[in-house]
Order: sequence, then C-alpha cells, then structure tokens
Amino acid sequence: MSRGRARRRAVSAIMTGLVGLLSAVAVLPLVLIFSYLMFKGASSLNLAFFLDNPVPAGQTGGGVAHAIVGSGIIVGLAALIGLPVGIGAGIFLAEYGSGRLGWTVRFVADVLNGTPSIIIGIFAWTWIVRPQRHFSGLAGALALAVILVPLVARTTEEMVRLVPHSLREAALALGYPRWRTSLTIVVRTALAGIVTGGLVGVARVAGETAPLLFTALGNLNFSTHVNEPMQALPLQIYVYATGPFPEWHRLAWAASLVLILLVFGLALVARRVAANRYGAG
Amino acid sequence: MRPDRAYQAALTGMALLLPALLLALLVELAVNAWPSIDRFGWSFVFTSTWDPVADVYGAGPLIFGTLASSFVALVLAVPLAFSVAIFLSEFAPRWLKRPLGFLVELLAAVPSVVYGLWGIFVLIPFLQGAFGWLPFFQGAFYGNSMLAGGIILAVMVVPYIAAVSREVLNAVPTTQREAALALGATRWEAVWMAVLPYGRAGLVGAVMLGLGRALGETMAVTMVIGNRHDISFSLLQPGYTMAAAIANEFSEATTSLYLSALFEVGLVLFVITVLVNAAARLLVWRTAPGRAVGSRAL
Repeated sequence: MSRGRARRRAVSAIMTGLVGLLSAVAVLPLVLIFSYLMFKGASSLNLAFFLDNPVPAGQTGGGVAHAIVGSGIIVGLAALIGLPVGIGAGIFLAEYGSGRLGWTVRFVADVLNGTPSIIIGIFAWTWIVRPQRHFSGLAGALALAVILVPLVARTTEEMVRLVPHSLREAALALGYPRWRTSLTIVVRTALAGIVTGGLVGVARVAGETAPLLFTALGNLNFSTHVNEPMQALPLQIYVYATGPFPEWHRLAWAASLVLILLVFGLALVARRVAANRYGAG
Repeated sequence: MRPDRAYQAALTGMALLLPALLLALLVELAVNAWPSIDRFGWSFVFTSTWDPVADVYGAGPLIFGTLASSFVALVLAVPLAFSVAIFLSEFAPRWLKRPLGFLVELLAAVPSVVYGLWGIFVLIPFLQGAFGWLPFFQGAFYGNSMLAGGIILAVMVVPYIAAVSREVLNAVPTTQREAALALGATRWEAVWMAVLPYGRAGLVGAVMLGLGRALGETMAVTMVIGNRHDISFSLLQPGYTMAAAIANEFSEATTSLYLSALFEVGLVLFVITVLVNAAARLLVWRTAPGRAVGSRAL
C-alpha cells in the first residue's frame, strides 16, 4: 500500500517536473530568436540605418527610412479606420449583445480572427487595387484595418464587460440617458482596457506582411503618397531575407530587430496601461 | 429617447459590418474563383498538375502540403502548449506565472516574417547539419522542407494553443481539484483525472484553433518550406502550402484562369479555416462560455 503511494507520489513529482521542463522548452525559441536578432542585427543599427533610403542592390550601406515611415503611415491609417469600428462593435457586444444578433457577431468576429491574413490581402486587392488599377499604401492600410476590427471588437467587449453593473445602475438611477451612461460611465471606466486592446491589435497588424504583398506592394524609394505603392518594414524584411545579397541579409536582421522592438514595445506599453487600471496584466 | 436610439443604431451598424465582411469575403472569393471551378470541377482538389504554361491547375499538392505541415506542427506543438497551460494554471509558483505568461504572449507577438528570417538563416542550416549526412537520403538536402515548415509553424502556434488551453483550465471549477485531492489524489492525479477531462472539449477546441492558425500561416512557411508543387511523404523534401502559393504566385498570374485558380485556392483555404475555427469556438465555448478565448495571444 505504502509502496503504491510512494510510486504515485514519484509519478506526480516527475510529471510536474516534466510539465515545467516542457514549458521552458516552449519559450526557448523566443530567447533564441531574440538573441540572434541582437547578435546579428544590433551592430548594424546606426543613425544612417534609420535616416537613409536603400542604395542599389550590390552596394553596401543604405537604410530603411522609407520602410519605417511607410509602416508608420500604413499602420496609422489602419488604426484610424479600424479602431473606431472595432471599438464600436465591441461596445455593442458588451452593451446590447445578449441576444441572437450579439451571439452571431461574436461568433463571426472570432471566425474572422482566425482567417488567414493573406485572404484579407487578396480581398483588398479585388476591392481596391483592381478597380483602381494600381497598388497603394491606402489599400494596404484598409487590409490591415479589416484585420484590426474583429480583433479590437473582442478585446473591447471583454474590457467593457469587466465594468461592474452597479456603476451602470447608479448612473441610470441618477437619470442619465442610456447613451451617456454607456459612453461617460461604462466606456470611460473601461478606457484603459480598451486602449490596451487597441495597442495589442495595432502591434499585431504592424508585423503583418501577407496582406501587404498585393496591396501596398512595397517601394524602394521614399514615398509618403498613400495613393502610390508604399514600403513597409515587414515587406522590406521579406525582400531582404529572401534576396541573394549578404548585405541585404545584414539589413534584414537589423530591420527585424527594429520591428520586434517596436512590437514588443507596444506590448509592454499595453501591459503597463492595463496594470495601472486593474492592478494585473 | 432619440439619442438613445441613435447610439444603439450606430453601434449596431458597426457590429453588423463584421457579418457583412465575412459574407463579402466569401462572395468575392467565390465569384473570382468561378472560372476555375467551372473549368476543373472537383479535379482541382484531387489532381496535382500545376502548369501555368498549359493553363491546367490542380491544387492537390497544395492542400496536401497545408494539411501535412499543420499536422507536423500540431504533433510538435500540442505537448509543449498543454505543458505551458497546465504549468501556468496548476503548478507554477505565483512569482513565475506572470513572467512566463508574458513570455508566451511575446512569442505570439513575434511577426511571421521574423520567424521566417530566423528559419532561413538559423533553423535551416541547423537542419542541414543534423540531417544532411543521412546515408539513405538521396540527393542534396537543401533544408527547405516540410520539416522546417512544420517546426516554424509549431513555434508559432504554441502560444495560441497555450493561451486558450490556459483559459479553459482556469475555467475548470476549483471544486473539481479539491474533490480529487480530498479523495487522496496526488497533485498530478488531480490534474490528470479531474481537471483535464472536465476541460476536454475546450482543450480540443484550443488545438483546433492552433490548427486554424497553422493552416493559414503564410510568410514564415513560404520562406522555409521550399515551395514545390509536389506531393512527397518525406519530411525532408520540399513542400508547398495554399497560403504560400497565393503569396508567391498571385502577382505573377499571367492568365485570367491562373488568377482564378489562385482565387479557388484561397476559397478552399478560407472555407477550411472558417469551418475549423467555427468548430473550435463552439468547443471552447462549451467549457468557457462566451469568452474571447486567447484574446491575449491575439
């Protein structure tokens, strides 16, 4: 009897250890990738890298100023279009989403969140690029906005739902109309969470490449015209990484380091915002 | 009362955009794929000739490659992801929970193209070193292979499966654990016999969510899988996936039928991912009702 017990205890200890070990293995790639990025990319980061545009293939030097600015414009536009709609849909889900319509929208949002981003890319191509007959940064921004909407809708809903019902009841009891209660009490209370969700969503679309392939297309020159092909950091990394020149590979590592620092930075800020409000990320 | 109505109507309008978008996606893909559907019928799905010169298209290898690479990814990812979920929800000491959870979130935040870059310059040379010497292996092993694609995909889906499984396990009532422990179960037995079975539906759903991700993942796979229209049962041979084919060939499609065939590939991929995701959500909602599961990993 006691031997059986000892064995069961041993099994428990071994399995606990194994689960912990495998957890460490699961996050190992993150450590590996980050250290490779630092190791291979950090030495290429200088002022010229951020301020210069690409030089012709084969020459050394050059930077990714065009891609950083392009990414900023495309992602900024996407946020401008996608965030209000996503947040609105999220508030709807939390405030009015108890019925069948709410269930459907919630379900569709989750399904859209799982839709491959390349599909969104060819969708934006058929709706914007093909009728216009040219690629544009704007088409890329719209593709990213489409990805952003369901993402932000769900995070917003989660955050608005956390607001205690008593707050809402108190406002209504004081004679506030429903829309003012919703906007100035409920949404106001959940604002930090909503911002967090928005930031996480923006961070995610900032790293997207596939939806930009047939929309923003990429551009080797510096361009701020949203109606023309525009470069973005992920697109530039793709071109440099799959190209034949060692110089390009060097730039790809450096650009990846910049991209990942941006994305992680946004994630960290998001965590800070959330922690301030709820005391837990 | 008026502004109340307007407020609700405005929000409803924005919410309705989502189903409208899903419908528009489906219609747009189907309309553009129609010439190809009309021309090839079911043979599109089952044949493996992909010949832009003769304008004949069969997506068999693409569908096979997509399923095979995702399968490899799940085989590698599920044990790791479940371990993370179990560790975080059951065993991890308090001080370790937040940092480890955050690392997993960051893993999900790494852009696909960065995984691809790492795959090309670190993983593939490593695989060449590890497998290149195998005597029974005929011809050169370039490293771009189903195995490389599967490994990269596994790394990418681990955080999704882990995040959703963790929420599922967190939704299992504490009484479930307490009852098992009170009956004399060890901590592991409580997890194995009381917690995991309770969350079974949700855990299956989590794996399917990961599957949905893996099926549609584009850039990283395109960069390492080799991109060859061939069905090979060797993991060390190059393969191709639906998403990768669209990424590579969409802008080079010279004939309208070629373009249409790529739209049909997109349509097949879209329908498969929608079905997988829909099933996954329903399963997860059984254990953790209505949750935006894995929203932190998104």
